Amino acid sequence: LPAAAEGFGLGRTALPQELAAWDIDIRPDGLGLPEGSGDVQTGEALFSERCAVCHGDFGEGVDRWPVLAGGQGTLADRDPVKTVGSYWPYLSTLWDYVHRAMPFTEAHSLNVNDTYAIVAYILYSNDIVDDDFTLTRENFATVEMPNADGFFVDDRDQVEVPAFSAAPCMHDCKTDVHITRRATVLDVTPETETDTETGDETASAEAPAAPPEPTG
Amino acid sequence: MTDKSASPPSPEPSFHPDPATGPAPAGAQTGPSRRRVLGALAAGAAGAATGAATGTASGASAAGTPDPLITENQPWSTTLGEGVDVTPYGLPIHFESDVVRRNVPWLTAETISSINFTPIHALEGTITPQGCAFERHHAGAIELSKADYRLMINGLVDRPLIFTFEDLLRFPRETRVLFMECAANSGMEWAGAQLNGCQFTQGMIHNMEYTGVPLRLLLAEAGVQPAGKWVLVEGADASGMSRSLPLEKALDDCLVAFQANGEALRKEHGYPVRLCVPGWEGNMWVKWLRRIEVGDQPWEHREETSKYTDTMADGRSRKWTWVMDAKSVITAPSPQMPIAHGPGPLVITGLAWSGRGKITRVDVSKDGGRSWETARLSGPAHDKALQRFYLDTVWDGSEMLLQSRAIDETGYVQPTKDALRAIRGENSIYHMNGIQTWFVAADGRVENVEVSS
Repeated sequence: LPAAAEGFGLGRTALPQELAAWDIDIRPDGLGLPEGSGDVQTGEALFSERCAVCHGDFGEGVDRWPVLAGGQGTLADRDPVKTVGSYWPYLSTLWDYVHRAMPFTEAHSLNVNDTYAIVAYILYSNDIVDDDFTLTRENFATVEMPNADGFFVDDRDQVEVPAFSAAPCMHDCKTDVHITRRATVLDVTPETETDTETGDETASAEAPAAPPEPTG
Repeated sequence: MTDKSASPPSPEPSFHPDPATGPAPAGAQTGPSRRRVLGALAAGAAGAATGAATGTASGASAAGTPDPLITENQPWSTTLGEGVDVTPYGLPIHFESDVVRRNVPWLTAETISSINFTPIHALEGTITPQGCAFERHHAGAIELSKADYRLMINGLVDRPLIFTFEDLLRFPRETRVLFMECAANSGMEWAGAQLNGCQFTQGMIHNMEYTGVPLRLLLAEAGVQPAGKWVLVEGADASGMSRSLPLEKALDDCLVAFQANGEALRKEHGYPVRLCVPGWEGNMWVKWLRRIEVGDQPWEHREETSKYTDTMADGRSRKWTWVMDAKSVITAPSPQMPIAHGPGPLVITGLAWSGRGKITRVDVSKDGGRSWETARLSGPAHDKALQRFYLDTVWDGSEMLLQSRAIDETGYVQPTKDALRAIRGENSIYHMNGIQTWFVAADGRVENVEVSS
């Protein structure tokens, strides 16, 4: 793809200051990671001030807000607890996301060293580093995430598409047809606003936070 | 509400309720379907009060009494309606006030990083009205003017560029009809039938006619360097929504869109510019698109590691599950659209779609998948777009277990939920495209159920 030779001559060249302002992304290989550092103790204070109201003092989560710590070894369970420590494959993702999008309602308010410190504290709260750990650009790559090998590239083309591409049955496809699960047993569907007879708001508030037990 | 005269006769059940769940207890019917029935009955009562027989299918009295809606002058035929200056930009008539987006409060912690649902049960054809097309935000729907809009292209390019909105309007354009389905659509149903209505179980979807600039033209303007293999697409909102796209897809059919269904994008759908990624999961359709970076590796950002990865039964997870597989749902009858007219002619209709290409066939079963009839496809067959289907039938008043099964041009046949669970387990959250079953009771009520496979 050659540039302006065959182009339309639209747009202008981006300036270095503009690129620096918007190009803040971090990759697993560390590309984009700025100079800086932060330790667990500093991170704990920042986390308590900026993060704990939603995520809890130890990353355990408040109400329905995301749990950041714990859950290691639960991914094959019936109800896996997916956290930074139990699930996230790359430390770069944590740094990038905290820096780009957190705290919720105050994005872009954490400076580089704040971010290093908070990331160090989240690692500590997941038992990945000790309490005297200082995270820096230089030692970033030495941190091993527990679920780093837990992912594989979409294999539906091999595993599912052939199985689901046979000519489908049209007649006498089953001998037994019976209902195994029913949504009305759960009764967690919101009512319409015009319906006042059932007090739907309370029903919703008491509804399950996670997919409930199957009823079949 | 004891007048069941509009209900069909109740023959012997043709299906056997599971002993573990049993039949729905009397009076246990909940959710929109009961309201619909009650509403229909209430409307009939109101009609009776004014002498109009609105409850009957033909609108005429069986007893031979003339219909006063015909024999008596009505206000709308004797007085004047509204002038053309009353409504510069109109909303639907108030009778249609139930055709709206709906939220399910318990699904998320708050409403800012949350989801709502398109009322697909009440829509027809394939084009989704923008005003009730579902929303999914991670930091709310932001307000970004065309004047303030900037798009940056950087990374492994010959010349990093800044475009204004006006610049984008000067590139050659394309118009395409495309479905956009949230990766989590139907995700609440992995563990079993949970929500009662296709708005909730299949409504994280919309289908619009988009106009915009092919992404490949913008990338060519910057000049992609040979080492470039991936692009990062990023939004301007506080979530900094970012996803990695393989360069081949970016150069193939992605569209940097600024119009939908003929007008500017709605604020909540990315005004003034969003990305369209045909056939791929909705999360990648970055709204308020502000930056495109070319790189030699994927970024593995939060929305492609922590989220939009699909955990399998063994605890390992698929990543980069971009394509949305072939899927369908019967939109009527459905729990929010019970059969109110009794036995006789019945239109069964629904939507089918595939991220792998065009829909070529939809089969419908009335007996829980024991036997199938091929439905009639209606309207143009667009690539990677919603397809309307119909099965015109006669209902004898018996219970039914309705299912639809989509087939796309690659030969992929929409699987059952159990077939998906056999491969993935129940915790993959995303990409649930299993066959939906509706139980139609003899009185016309409809319920979300699953059946033996």
